[in-house]
Amino acid sequence: MSGVPMEHGLVLASILFALGIAGLICRRNMVFVLMSLEIMLNAAALAFIVGGTAWGQPEGQAMFLLVITLAAAEASVGLALLIQLHHRYKTLDVDAANRMHG
Amino acid sequence: MEIAFYLSGLVAVLATLGVITNTNPVHALLYLIVSLIAVALVFCALGAPFAGALEVIVYAGAIMVLFVFVVMMLNLSDTVEAQERAWLKPRIWLGPSVLSGVLLLTLIAILWLGDGGRVIEGETLTAKAVGSILFGPWLLVVELAAMLLLAALVTASHVGRLSSPAGSAGRREPDARKEAS
Amino acid sequence: MSLLPLTFLLPLAGTLVLALSRGRLGPRSSAVVGVVSVGLAALVTAWIGWHFVDSGVGGVDMTLWTWLSVGDFRPTIGLRLDGLSLTMIGIITGVGFLIHLFAAWYMQGEAGVTRFFAFMNLFVFSMLLLVLGDNMLLLFLGWEGVGLCSYLLIGYYYWTEANGWAAFKAFIVTRLGDVFLAIGLFLMFRELGTLNIAEILQRAPEVWAEGAWQAQLAALLILGGALGKSAQLPLHTWLADAMAGPTPVSALIHAATMVTAGVYLIARLHGVFELAPGVLYLVGLIGAVTLLLAGFAALAQTDIKRVLAYSTMSQIGYMFLALGVGAYDAAIFHLMMHGFFKALLFLSAGAVIVSCHHEQDMRRLGGLWRRLPLAYAGFVVGGAALAALPLVTAGFYSKDEILWEALAAGHGGLMLAGLIGAFLTSLYTLRLIIGTFHGEMKSDNARHAEPGRGLVHGLPLVVLAVLSTFLGAWIHPPLEAVLPTSPGAGVHGAGHTVLGIVAAATSLVGLGLGAWLFLTRWRWLSERVSTGWAARLWWLWHNAWGFDIAYDRLLVRPYRGLVRLLESDLIDRLLLLAAWLAWGLHRGLSLTQSGKMRYYAATMAAGVTLVLLVLVVSG
Repeated sequence: MSGVPMEHGLVLASILFALGIAGLICRRNMVFVLMSLEIMLNAAALAFIVGGTAWGQPEGQAMFLLVITLAAAEASVGLALLIQLHHRYKTLDVDAANRMHG
Repeated sequence: MEIAFYLSGLVAVLATLGVITNTNPVHALLYLIVSLIAVALVFCALGAPFAGALEVIVYAGAIMVLFVFVVMMLNLSDTVEAQERAWLKPRIWLGPSVLSGVLLLTLIAILWLGDGGRVIEGETLTAKAVGSILFGPWLLVVELAAMLLLAALVTASHVGRLSSPAGSAGRREPDARKEAS
Repeated sequence: MSLLPLTFLLPLAGTLVLALSRGRLGPRSSAVVGVVSVGLAALVTAWIGWHFVDSGVGGVDMTLWTWLSVGDFRPTIGLRLDGLSLTMIGIITGVGFLIHLFAAWYMQGEAGVTRFFAFMNLFVFSMLLLVLGDNMLLLFLGWEGVGLCSYLLIGYYYWTEANGWAAFKAFIVTRLGDVFLAIGLFLMFRELGTLNIAEILQRAPEVWAEGAWQAQLAALLILGGALGKSAQLPLHTWLADAMAGPTPVSALIHAATMVTAGVYLIARLHGVFELAPGVLYLVGLIGAVTLLLAGFAALAQTDIKRVLAYSTMSQIGYMFLALGVGAYDAAIFHLMMHGFFKALLFLSAGAVIVSCHHEQDMRRLGGLWRRLPLAYAGFVVGGAALAALPLVTAGFYSKDEILWEALAAGHGGLMLAGLIGAFLTSLYTLRLIIGTFHGEMKSDNARHAEPGRGLVHGLPLVVLAVLSTFLGAWIHPPLEAVLPTSPGAGVHGAGHTVLGIVAAATSLVGLGLGAWLFLTRWRWLSERVSTGWAARLWWLWHNAWGFDIAYDRLLVRPYRGLVRLLESDLIDRLLLLAAWLAWGLHRGLSLTQSGKMRYYAATMAAGVTLVLLVLVVSG
């Protein structure tokens, strides 16, 4: 059993991260924006796990725990904002909330 | 093990593509769940079953349920789907795609140039090892995470509270001040 | 001798009385104050001159008080009376008195007679200060004072805009020369450590070798000042326009005294010019060129005062020529004679102008000799002196001396220019007299000419006419002790006689040709100069070789363009560039604050990508 090269795991994480960022930038619907954020966080967590297992250290998984906490917090706040957005603007278009533009 | 890693990795990438290109929020959510479960499988294949379990429970379970609830609550109908389709034009997604493509290539180039050669054998790192480090030297970090969750809880309950039905865009700021007090 | 300050204090008192009366004096009493103050000054001058010549001393210094005292620099209010300054104050007060007297007649019924006489007295005061000052600073004070009075009096009829512009022009052009003079003073003080004229003349040969660049530069700068004041090339353009002032002003300031201040200055500082032979030759050259160009220009003028103005330039050109060949006393002698006959010509012109209801264009005068016999006589005598009619006129003696000195100094070219100038002088003088007094009367103004009457009108003309004849030439200015002997002095060989005969012949031929041309061929001439190349030549001469136009093109317009450019605060804009830059950057930055989250995310991602790319490429 030869195992997986660490780079392959990191490349997978990079692909997921790039997909997430592409989704974040090109979607206007806030639901998709939040989902893209989740993807990006997930990609970061994957990178931690890959690093941790590559060295055989448990710290990677500990960091994953933190990332997942952050993701949960982000999701809850983001969804609350989404509800407010929908409530106030009757739309999910994030560009609608641009009243603070310079 | 390698087969599991590559297969589930492929599934994760395809499912994620589905997420960001889909126009129906519910379908996209389902794709996302698939993607997360695939990543959980990747974790297991790499030898981190604890993380994989957490991924399924917390991510695919709790957080995604939250999303589903919200989508259901907002009752995103077919009009949203049509609008999404209108927003997803090449003119709009071409730039971000190129940008993220460049970013991806850069990241891969960095990995390529770095001193590689390390191979993941797939030895299992048990929850015990993780737990002993978390509640040993990383205790403070756990406390911070707890506080983060608390802060998120407070923020979400404050932001997500619907003020008076008349609270339109025009009266947002006075409302916010009232709520702050 | 102690009465010397009275010469200039009396005109100053006249000015103060007239100025402080603030129009409470009537025109008659104003004229009385103005004339009497200068008359008394003339009497004092006569008395002083009598005693000075009688005592036989070389010069008298009189220090009234120290003007200012800054370290080694302590100029005084000091006066110097010697042969040169005595000659000058004699001309200024004597001719000045006669012109004031005439002006009392001329200004009858004009507005602002008080103002006129206040300025005239102030001018006499400044001019006396100029020639009496024993140091350059006092001289410069007088120099600027006469410039100011010239400006004020040219613009006397200020309600016509053109007169204001003429005054501006005179002031600015002469100021250009004054700047050179001021720098020359600075240079002399730096090099010689004094501004006292006697000390300058004493120290200059000790400090400077002959031909030293400092001496050249100092002489050149002083020459610049003299050129501006004396209306020589290339700063001559203001004098013709200065005729906008009342005619007595033209007689006093722009013919007899102020414009000759440059000649006085160079004669006074002859020691400096002796050390710079090149510059001295330049003086003569400028004089020769000016006398020729102005002579041609005078041929083509139709305004009788402009003819006289160009003639003045031409005659001062003679004086500069004399200075240039080292014949300072000849220059001063011609200055004096010119003061007499040119004042006479201007006053006669004034008589004609007033009699003909302020008509001064030759084309609308004519045939006046019967109606205005006194003015005609004045013109004939003055014109004869101007044209140097042999033996009987003052001008002949002074001009002949200049030509002889030029030849004796070995400057044959300058002498030739002088001869040609004499020929031109005869021509334009005859044209002026014939055009004004002969032929038919060409306008109602001429037909209804009323001759002037009274002693005030007649006396100045008669006295000046007498002085313009050979009687005037008998006045011998006591210059031997002040000025170096000229090259031709004491040499009375056959050459002098031959030259005298040639000069006389030139003048007579010019007069004869002029008489034939203008008496019998006037109409043919007028037709001839209105077509073909003759018209172009006429136009060129009429515009005095186009100097005004050239200056307008070369200097005035570029300057105005520059001013217009600066009017829009060019420098300010340069400074505002920083503000604009900041503003533009702010605009650009505020554009990025679109409030659209996706742009923020995109820029953030782009930034991260860029940093990573840099890492990859550099790593």
